[in-house]
Amino acid sequence: MEYVKKKFLVFLIFFNFLITPRLAFAAWETNMPIGVTPISHAIYHLHMLVFWICVGIAVVVFSIMIYSLIRHRKSRGVRAAQFHEHFFLEIAWAIVPFIILIVIAIPATKTLIKMNDNSDPELTIKVTGYQWRWRYAYLDQGIDFFSNLSTPTEELQNQAKKNQWYLLEVDHPLVVPIHKKIRFLFTSNDVIHSWWVPTLGIKRDTIPGFINEAWAKIDSKGTYRGQCAELCGTNHAFMPIVVKAVSEKEFNLWAKQQAGELIHGTST
Amino acid sequence: MEQVLDLGHSAPRGLLRFIKRWLFTTNHKEIGTLYLLFSLLMFFIGGVFALLIRAELFQPGARLFNPEFFNQMTTLHGLVMLFLAIMPAFSGFANWMIPLMIGAPDMAMPRMNNWAFWILPVAAILLFSTLFMDGSAPNFGWTMYAPLSTTYGPASTDYLILAIHLMGLSSLMGAINIIVTILNLRTPGMTMMKMPIFCWSWLVTAFLLIGVMPVLAAAVTMMLMDRHFATSFFSAAGGGDPLLYQHLFWFFGHPEVYIIILPAFGIISQIIPTFSRKKLFGYRFMVYALLAIAFLSFIVWVHHMFVTGVPLAAELFFMYTTMLIAVPTGVKVFNWVTTMYRGAISFETPMLFALAFVILFTIGGFSGVMLAMVPADFQYQDTYFVVAHFHYVLVPGALFGAIAGAYYWLPKMTGVMYNERLGQCHFWLSVIGVNLTFFPMHFLGLAGMPRRIADYSLQFANFNAIASLGAFIFGFAQLFFLYIIIQAMRGKGKKASAQVWEGAEGLEWTLSSPPPLHSFTTPPKFE
Repeated sequence: MEYVKKKFLVFLIFFNFLITPRLAFAAWETNMPIGVTPISHAIYHLHMLVFWICVGIAVVVFSIMIYSLIRHRKSRGVRAAQFHEHFFLEIAWAIVPFIILIVIAIPATKTLIKMNDNSDPELTIKVTGYQWRWRYAYLDQGIDFFSNLSTPTEELQNQAKKNQWYLLEVDHPLVVPIHKKIRFLFTSNDVIHSWWVPTLGIKRDTIPGFINEAWAKIDSKGTYRGQCAELCGTNHAFMPIVVKAVSEKEFNLWAKQQAGELIHGTST
Repeated sequence: MEQVLDLGHSAPRGLLRFIKRWLFTTNHKEIGTLYLLFSLLMFFIGGVFALLIRAELFQPGARLFNPEFFNQMTTLHGLVMLFLAIMPAFSGFANWMIPLMIGAPDMAMPRMNNWAFWILPVAAILLFSTLFMDGSAPNFGWTMYAPLSTTYGPASTDYLILAIHLMGLSSLMGAINIIVTILNLRTPGMTMMKMPIFCWSWLVTAFLLIGVMPVLAAAVTMMLMDRHFATSFFSAAGGGDPLLYQHLFWFFGHPEVYIIILPAFGIISQIIPTFSRKKLFGYRFMVYALLAIAFLSFIVWVHHMFVTGVPLAAELFFMYTTMLIAVPTGVKVFNWVTTMYRGAISFETPMLFALAFVILFTIGGFSGVMLAMVPADFQYQDTYFVVAHFHYVLVPGALFGAIAGAYYWLPKMTGVMYNERLGQCHFWLSVIGVNLTFFPMHFLGLAGMPRRIADYSLQFANFNAIASLGAFIFGFAQLFFLYIIIQAMRGKGKKASAQVWEGAEGLEWTLSSPPPLHSFTTPPKFE
């Protein structure tokens, strides 16, 4: 008993170590963001559904296993049973997981079909990956600019204090209106990159010579950040994405300001 | 015959004789030992690469080296661990144990066996030489995606391609040898369905190797052609398709995952019955599950490419087939648990590693099911969630399988018991280190950290620090393993009986520990 108490104490101390710093830092995020688009919401709920089903199965399987490990120890003087086959049991535990899989396949399929519905966009933006920055072209508005990492070198080299959005800040963010169906077209100028903004529920590879699609309809105003998700060379870690979602009015104003200016930032 | 036996056991006189003996050996036990020691060395080298990665990622900001070197480390860590550490480890166990388990005098093709091994160090030297070349070592990840590896790849990529060809040849020769041995050299009376499950798992693995290694060879050859002979297989500018490379690579890559895990399944399926003192539950279904996994592994490869823009119909097909893999894998886990149920369990080091395998591999399996959901995969793909997933199936999965096998068969191979107390220290430090390293990576991935980045934003700092801490605990815990193996090889420790483990069953345990260099020169009686 003393032994168990001691173990429990160790466990508590360990847990304390995990929980206490929570109060001190904001950087203990453990789950996927629920996001701001219908797709990101659907993904989040699918993710949680599958997660809890997995937890349920884990509890059942590991409980039986731990029960055996405790009850059927040789040191308790038990003798091993001799059974080693059971046809119907084997069939049952092939069929039950199969049924569970069907249950999760249904919402997954529905969401996937919804994600692939790129019809009737109200705004089309072409995203082109470059080593190592993004280029955004608003095909209807004639706006076209590069978006580069804007974190100062001193912060990268640890010579200055890192700001809150270290490595997640750019010189020219992608500005989009809320409540509009935006279609993104993805391609690349050199190697394969991947445009990923978790809160929009979009991740698509940008492949040289090919065009991929995705869409988003953003619920609320805000700044949403992401990063390149496909290894694309030396500065793969240094090509963030910043999306500024504004009201339609603000967007139109911004678009007017940009008109005429074809390319912002430095180009090669 | 006496002469040959003497030659094997006598202490080598002079360096030349020593080199000759090991260079020319055709004995399955000696080649097995070579494989295992080579794999151990590579495991430490690949481990150093991993620790360098974790040291760089301990805190945000450029710390130890530049992103260029970081990319080289991620690439080499992956290649070394998969092709030079894990795969040779299981080849080593196959060489040592399969002839003993089926009552054969040796592998069917001993000279090819020798060649299959000695190609590997050459491949390793080619691969490591790239670190010292102008430009840089390969820096595009172990997946070698075009066009980063073709148009944009460093000059040393050609050496990598050659090294991969050699490793592939080695695996192919090993696989053919294992298939021929298992199909032809079983002792009379040992039908296929009475064969130890480890042999079954390796038989299936060997067929997978023959099925996919040529595809990898073709893919890297096309890379070479694109790089030097003006072809455009993977270059859109010349009418090719970068995605073609990914299809070829993952057609190899997914069965490769099972090539790595199936032998571990086999080892675990030997260990759990031994220490539960109860026969393996559902032997027949375990075999069927192996076959089902092998078949399915050929039709799921696109699940590595869901975000590349494959058509909806393909996404649905590959989502369903990927989910199906959970069924035979589940059967295996349920059978292991039922084997323990109402057994008489004891907890020696091999069993501890096997138990950790069952629990932690299953956790890796759960994240695998999550990853199979295409919509959710759009968020998981290329993040640390994937890193966590495959490290859970590869480290506490495949690697713990290999370590469990090492503890299980070490007394048989060396003739002495390892130090149980040190073995348990090794186990607990490993299991704590592994979880501390890889569990927080799930959180990092879900919170939005892409994989293969040399530096990260501040929100990921805490879990990265924990992961790095865990990695160093895990890495240094392996020194216990090294020490234990060296002690056993030096013959330090209690003498092991022929049976070694109370509950062990099978032909290999009827031989003395260590077995004579040439065993089963006449087929033994079976049942």
